[in-house]
Amino acid sequence: MKSRKRTTIVATSLLAVSMMGCILLLRHIDKTRTVPLVEDSLYITSPKIVKRASLGFDGLMACIYWTRAVQYFGHRHFLRSHSYNELAPLLTITTTLDPHMLPAYQFGASFLAPSPPNGAGQPDRAIQLMEYGIAENPNEWRLYYDLGFVYYTELKNYSKAAEVFDRGSRVPNAHPFLKVLAAQMAEHAEDFATARLLWTAAYEAGYSPEIRQNALEHLRAIKVDEDVTNLQIAVTHFTQSLGRLPTSLWEVAAEENLPGFPIDPDGNPYELSVDGQVLVAEPDNFPFIKRGLPPGYKPGPPKFHSHPNDVPVS
Amino acid sequence: MNARIAYIASNTFREAVRDRVLYNLIAFALLLTGAAIFVGQISIEIERLVVVNLGLTAVSLFGVVIAIFIGIGLVSKEIEKRTLYTVLSRPVRRWEFIVGKFFGLAGTLAVNTFFMAIGVFAALFYVARKFEAGDASILVALYFIILEFLIICSLALLFSSFSSPLLSAVFAFSLFVIGSFADDLRGFAGMTHGATRWIATGTAYLVPNFSTFNVISSVAHQQPVGSQLILQNTLYALFYTAMALSGAILIFERRNLK
Repeated sequence: MKSRKRTTIVATSLLAVSMMGCILLLRHIDKTRTVPLVEDSLYITSPKIVKRASLGFDGLMACIYWTRAVQYFGHRHFLRSHSYNELAPLLTITTTLDPHMLPAYQFGASFLAPSPPNGAGQPDRAIQLMEYGIAENPNEWRLYYDLGFVYYTELKNYSKAAEVFDRGSRVPNAHPFLKVLAAQMAEHAEDFATARLLWTAAYEAGYSPEIRQNALEHLRAIKVDEDVTNLQIAVTHFTQSLGRLPTSLWEVAAEENLPGFPIDPDGNPYELSVDGQVLVAEPDNFPFIKRGLPPGYKPGPPKFHSHPNDVPVS
Repeated sequence: MNARIAYIASNTFREAVRDRVLYNLIAFALLLTGAAIFVGQISIEIERLVVVNLGLTAVSLFGVVIAIFIGIGLVSKEIEKRTLYTVLSRPVRRWEFIVGKFFGLAGTLAVNTFFMAIGVFAALFYVARKFEAGDASILVALYFIILEFLIICSLALLFSSFSSPLLSAVFAFSLFVIGSFADDLRGFAGMTHGATRWIATGTAYLVPNFSTFNVISSVAHQQPVGSQLILQNTLYALFYTAMALSGAILIFERRNLK
């Protein structure tokens, strides 16, 4: 074998073995280290400095910061974290770099507003973000709609929600349902029907699978909350009529003439606790329900259903 | 363009191609393909924005790097290899040599930009599945980027006509960065008084204003670019290029090549 050929073979083998050794060693080191390699941190918090540093390529920088915000939220959300300290600054930088990036406002508000672990629990920051978005994009009716949503769902400030929907309805080319929402909000804000109307509108107006999926999950949750409320009324009526707690929901359904045995949107029957509380059998399947949760229930990782094109639950 | 300038320009272009300058197109293609495929997986609702922003930013930055690193060697390399003496011993004027080099480099960048533009539109079609009327404004952004290249080429040649390649690179790159802040510099000048104001204002007008050519963010949102801006930017780029080339010719004409 020629000396040059031998050198090539030895060097190639050495390169492959060394590379494999590095990879295996790093994998081993990663397993033994318990702390994360890089903590979530924002080295530059000033949007102005980031804009200057982008040398005019602020559009690309905005895309990078938006992706960072999505990854940051997604990671924390998956871990069911209660702290989202960097989320608002990331969104502020993103929207300062590109004030016309609408997804950053729409999704950003839905990341910021809900209470942990579904969101950052910062509705005030969500409102700030949306108002900035509206100021920069005054003709985007969807931003008014999303802002009204924050007032309605998180702050229960129905008059403010009605006012925002009304403002949005006056924008050129606004969807006609904003007027309906404004009126409905003013009169029947706390009804399930209003909630269903809002989320159905969100489902139908949603131009991305993520928005439609989120709306669908909320519609499912409204159905469960409404079912549990109605069943609980039936259980109370049963108890008052017969002077004892029912032994099962079968008994309640028969006595109260309910139309069939009550089941949740996934087809699982609702359950009755020994103290007469109506419970959801699989609460992890409904991340946004407020009623029917077992005592001391701690939510697991979010579970989303894989049929975003389904017809909303009515 | 006279025949001698055209000949020098075509040789400069051929030399750049021989130096494998167009290999950057492979990196560009990989970058865009990767972005188009992977960004959809890790972000939300910005696939189109990323392709336009990343594509045009890469066209701009790749071109600036090529313009600077080739432009700075256009004169000094010829002196170093002593090929300049062969050229100038023929009936070629010094100014023709500079202008020919400029057109050669500008042509290289135009061809490079043309292929990158095809890549940008292909990636856009891949993520959006269709073209819209608003996408035409991407062509305007590409035109502005080419105008930017003309200025940088002329500046690189200017520095190359009297300085070493290393210093020329530093000067040209610094001017690119300062030029990106030209609007801020003018704003700063407006806030000062006396001599500082004069100096800051003079500097702000002397450095190239690259921010006026950057419409990438707007076209990413399919916002139209006004015809007035197109005309003004075209004239500005032509004036600035003529100014820098004139400077390069003046210096090179007087340079002692012995």
